[in-house]
This record gives sequence, C-alpha cells and structure tokens, in this order.
Amino acid sequence: MTHVSVLQLSGITKRYEMPAPVWEKVTKQRVSVPSLIALDGIDIDLRRGEILALVGESGSGKSTLAKVLVGSVTPTTGELTYNGEPMPVPRGKDLTRRIQMVFQDPYSSLNPRISVRSLLSELLLLHRIVPRQQVRAECVRLLNLVGLDEDALDAYPSQFSGGQRQRIAIARALAVRPDILIADEPVSALDVSVQATILDLFDSLREELGLTILFIAHNLAVVQHLSQRVAVMYLGRIVEVADTDELFARPQHPYTRSLIASIPRMSGDSVNAAELLEGEPPSPIDVPAGCRFHPRCPVAVDACRSTDPALRTVPAGALSGAHEIACILDDPPPFVGADTAPHEKENR
Amino acid sequence: MSNATALRPHAESGTFGNAEPLLTVSNLSLGVRRGSNETKIVDDVSFDVNAKNRFGIVGESGSGKSMTLRAIAGLLPRGVEILSGQIAYRGRDLAAFSASERRALMGPEIAMIFQEPMTALNPVKRVGDQIAEGPRRHLEMSRKEARELAVDMMAKTGIPDPARRVRAYPHELSGGLRQRVMIAMALSCRPKLLLCDEPTTALDVTVQHQVLRQLEDLCDDFGAALVFVTHDLAVVNQTCSDLAVMYAGRLVESGPVKDIFRDPRHPYTRGLLDSAPDFDRPNRELLAIPGFPVNLADRPVGCSFAPRCSFAQKSCLTRSPSLEVVAPGRTAACFRTEELFQEGSE
Repeated sequence: MTHVSVLQLSGITKRYEMPAPVWEKVTKQRVSVPSLIALDGIDIDLRRGEILALVGESGSGKSTLAKVLVGSVTPTTGELTYNGEPMPVPRGKDLTRRIQMVFQDPYSSLNPRISVRSLLSELLLLHRIVPRQQVRAECVRLLNLVGLDEDALDAYPSQFSGGQRQRIAIARALAVRPDILIADEPVSALDVSVQATILDLFDSLREELGLTILFIAHNLAVVQHLSQRVAVMYLGRIVEVADTDELFARPQHPYTRSLIASIPRMSGDSVNAAELLEGEPPSPIDVPAGCRFHPRCPVAVDACRSTDPALRTVPAGALSGAHEIACILDDPPPFVGADTAPHEKENR
Repeated sequence: MSNATALRPHAESGTFGNAEPLLTVSNLSLGVRRGSNETKIVDDVSFDVNAKNRFGIVGESGSGKSMTLRAIAGLLPRGVEILSGQIAYRGRDLAAFSASERRALMGPEIAMIFQEPMTALNPVKRVGDQIAEGPRRHLEMSRKEARELAVDMMAKTGIPDPARRVRAYPHELSGGLRQRVMIAMALSCRPKLLLCDEPTTALDVTVQHQVLRQLEDLCDDFGAALVFVTHDLAVVNQTCSDLAVMYAGRLVESGPVKDIFRDPRHPYTRGLLDSAPDFDRPNRELLAIPGFPVNLADRPVGCSFAPRCSFAQKSCLTRSPSLEVVAPGRTAACFRTEELFQEGSE
C-alpha cells in the first residue's frame, strides 16, 4: 500500500518571545530574553485519506501545531508543503479553503446570533462553492451529511445539544469542501453517549469523502478506536510515530509507555496497580538539556542528559510500516505496568 | 419508610461492619419552583454511604449528579431547593442543622473538592494560608502549627518543594498542582466524608493518574469515605467500590462497581458501557445511545429512559419503574431487567 502525502511539515518551529522582565526594561540592560518554544522542529507527513491522531499532555504544542496547519499562526522557521508545492504565506483564499478546522467546544465556537442557514450560506457564497440558486439545497445536503435534518436550517445554535452543535461545526468546516480537516479535541466536551456518534461521523467522512483528518485528542482510548496513525508529542517535539495498532501493541518511547500506563481502564483494577509517571511536564520556556523527557523518564541513562535524540526509525512489528521514536535507547527496558494487561496486574 | 430502607442500595451490604451509615440520602428531590410549577431536577434519590466506602455517581450532563452532591454539601445554587426527602449525616438530618452547626460540620466532618481548581481557590490568597484556614478555625491551631500542617499536607498530596510552594498564589501553580492544593485543603481537617465533583476532568491523563492515586491513598490513611461524581466510567472503575447510575434526575441502577461493569442490569447502564471506548478492547464497535436526554421540565409519564430505550414496551411509557432489588446488594429501575439481563449473559 503506497501512501500519498497531502501535507508535509519539515522542521516546523514556533517560538514566542517573552516580554523582558521589568527590571531589565528599567535598567535598559538586556540580559536575557526568554522565549517560549511551542514547537521545536516538527517533521511529519499527513497521508491522503488517513486519520492521524496527535496526542500529548497540555502544553506539548498540539494546538499550536493545529493553528500552524490552518494558517492562523505563522511558524518561526520550517516549511509546509501542500500537494508537493510549498504553502505560501499568507496563503490565498483557495488554499485557506483546503484546510479547515473543528474546535473543541461547540458552545463557544458557534456564533449564537447566526442561524445555521446563514452560517453555512455565508461560506458557500464567499467561496462560490455553488451558484446562488443552489445554496439552500447545498445547505441541506451538508446537514444531511453530518446527520441533521432540514429542520435545523433556521434554528440557532442555542436550540441544539452539544453533540448536534458539534455536527453543525463539522458541517461548517465541510461547507467549503476541504481536503484536510483539523479536529482539535472535538469530542472532549461531549457526553460519552454522544461521543460515539461523533467519532462514527469522522470515520464515515474519511471513508466517503476521502478526507484527511488530523485528530487531536488526549483520550487515548478514543484515539485507538478511531485513528490509523498516531503521533505522540512531548514539549514541542514528536517523540513517537507509528500505525495505531503498532503503537499500542509495541510502544517504544518511555513517554508513550507511561501515557498508555496511565489510561484509566474499564476493566482494570485500582489505579495504584500501574506504574506512575512522576512529575508534570516542564515549562516550554525552560526546556531541559539533552533529551527533554529525561527528568521524568524512568529508564534514563547518563547519555540522556547530554544527547538530544532525533526521530529515528526502529524495526516495526509484522503488522505495519514505519515506526519512529526519538529516544537513544534501543528497545528501552520495559518498566512495570506499562505493557502488562491490566487484568494480569496484582489485585490490591 | 421501611420499604425505602429495604430498597436502599448497600443498606444490607455493610461491608465495613458499621451499624449506621455515615451518610443517608433518602427520597431526595431537588427542584426549581416557579409559582405553582415545580421542575424536578433530582427525583426521589436514595442511597447510603458507609464509613470508608468509595461511592461513585455517574451520569450524563444534566442527570442531576452534581446537584445531589451540592445538596449534601449545602451548596445548592440560588433557586434550587430541596422539595422533599432528607439528607442525614450520622443519623441527623442536615436540614435541621443551624447555620453555625453546619459551618462546624463542613471541614472536620464533610469536605468537598471541586472540578475547576482555578475558580474554587481564592486567587488573592497564598495557597498555604488557604489550606491553613480550616485547621485554624476548626482545630484551633496556632498560625505556626497551621502553617506547618499546610506544608505537611502539601507534601502528602505529592506537591514537590512544599515549603516554597506554600507561599505561592494559585495562578503560579499548574492545573495538577492546584487540584492537589484543593485536595490538601479538603483533607486538612481530616474529614470523614469527602465529596468530589469531577476532580480530575480538567487534568491530563498522566496527572489524573497521579492525583487519583494520591486521593485514594489519603482517603485510606485518613479513613475518609468518598462520594465521587464523574462522567468517566473508567475513572469510576478504578476509584470506587460502589456505584450509582443516574439518568434524568433518577437513580436507575446501583451496586458494586465490578458487578455493574460486568453485568449491567439497566438498559441505560448497558448503553453507557457500550458507548464508551474501552482501551483494552479496541475493536469493539461503539454503540451510541440514540436520541436525547429528556427535558426535565416536561418529563414523560413513564420511564424517563423509555424514549431512548431499544427494549421499551408499552408499560414503560405509562408507568415509571421504581428501584427494585435485582441481586444481593444491587438495585435497578427497569420493568424488564429480569428478562433482559440474565445472570452471566454478556
């Protein structure tokens, strides 16, 4: 199976300059200008027709990456290649249309004063997607696509439940016929019983429209269920990329292992059973030297304090293609709890 | 009343050998009154929490789980009132407490942890002083003792460098640390009952894991009982021993967590379990519950879940099922529970 890459990111870096401390402004001495490195050299391909999941703790740069992809944030360095051509900055109207976004909270991402009809037709007219006479029909088609009825057309966002609002937000993103959909935690604000239908919707959109979806999430159970490939981010870097089955069956990076170990299980015993990842992610203003994960890493060795590992390919299991990790250790020793099935763990 | 006692979950389980449950909620109804109109948001809810028990309440948003918890803490929002029923703590009706008795109760006996630590902490007070406030008031500690206790509590909840962090303001701490401060604050007077309203929803998985573990350990150390409200089934599975499932303000099922997860006896519980992605069974199809939660102001006559239930029959639309004992220590409110959920059926 060959993969066509739609969007290629190479060396994407986003750095925010922090304001100088007050005393330095007063004394006019510029000693240090700290900067916040949100993204630090991201290289990844988005393949046509796949759902790529991006996971990581808050502050790992997931949302900044999403903003870079939709073009609302300009990267400090690095290049975006769309269908083999470098993406211009600023991108034109047509290119903007190709990459659309669905936000986390459907309660704040929809304007409460705009009806569903005007929300959709505004976009259709601006981008001249269909002739004026067909706008209404197109709106209805979009609503049906996301599983809503024609009745929804003249309603306002307040008349819908969370799940329905998220459907409207998805219809809005689809209205301009994008190639790529960026979904930033689209189900984390929804109830479990509704979550499943929205996940199904994403899956069917991928299958029927051949959409490429970048799915940002922190719930690994959801990611495992939906995506084809997973990229794990830690402090502005991608630390592991692999096909979903491969990643969850044979996680290689110690960070991925501890992420998986900390998932609350439906069938496991107490939380105390699994190994714990100590500490919290360090601040992106003050990134540790060497491997950025070493202060929390349970298997770190001396070399980890000095070497900043780059993504490298490791042999993957029989299941699938490339498996890349950013860790200097070959097959890091497993630590307790990371890869034993929860029901095998000792019962407290 | 005797009938209600028989139906009350865990009344007969008595895992810890305590004759009297710590907390008894009986036939509690909460609602909003507008003129002669009453909108019930919690309807006839009864449960017991024994000492040292860990009791989980799950349900979708709007199911009344948080309101029930707030009613126990006496923190109902303006306009919402107890329409009927009572909440008894160690056998005494909380409604009969005077304001000052109630204040004396909150802290040394009952404490609460909120979902959003940023809004629950005072932004202009050092966290150490906020933790010390309770012990100073209730345990009559000196300023110095209370400060030492605050440092000690912060260390116990796993906050690194507590001697320095005790002087921090909430905005200087990360979400995980703030939530630990909340836990330290709630446990500083060694309460017997800890109420948690989605304490880890705003946290990352790794931090959630740490916080839940700390919470469990501390409750064990201090011998506190836990009432844990959440929408995350996996979290409930790992923290609680007993579970109550709420739908549209009513209890629909209750019993030991492990039993309910293995063998749910109410179609709604089954639906919830089927719709949640399970990390250990990735290839299972997720089945969403069709339809929407009922409008509480216009509740249907029969079972509230009937419009969304694939097993509903005629009688479900006309009569409302009451909680019945379906197995030792377990109750469910469904007419068809026996025919639908045979013991051991998957």
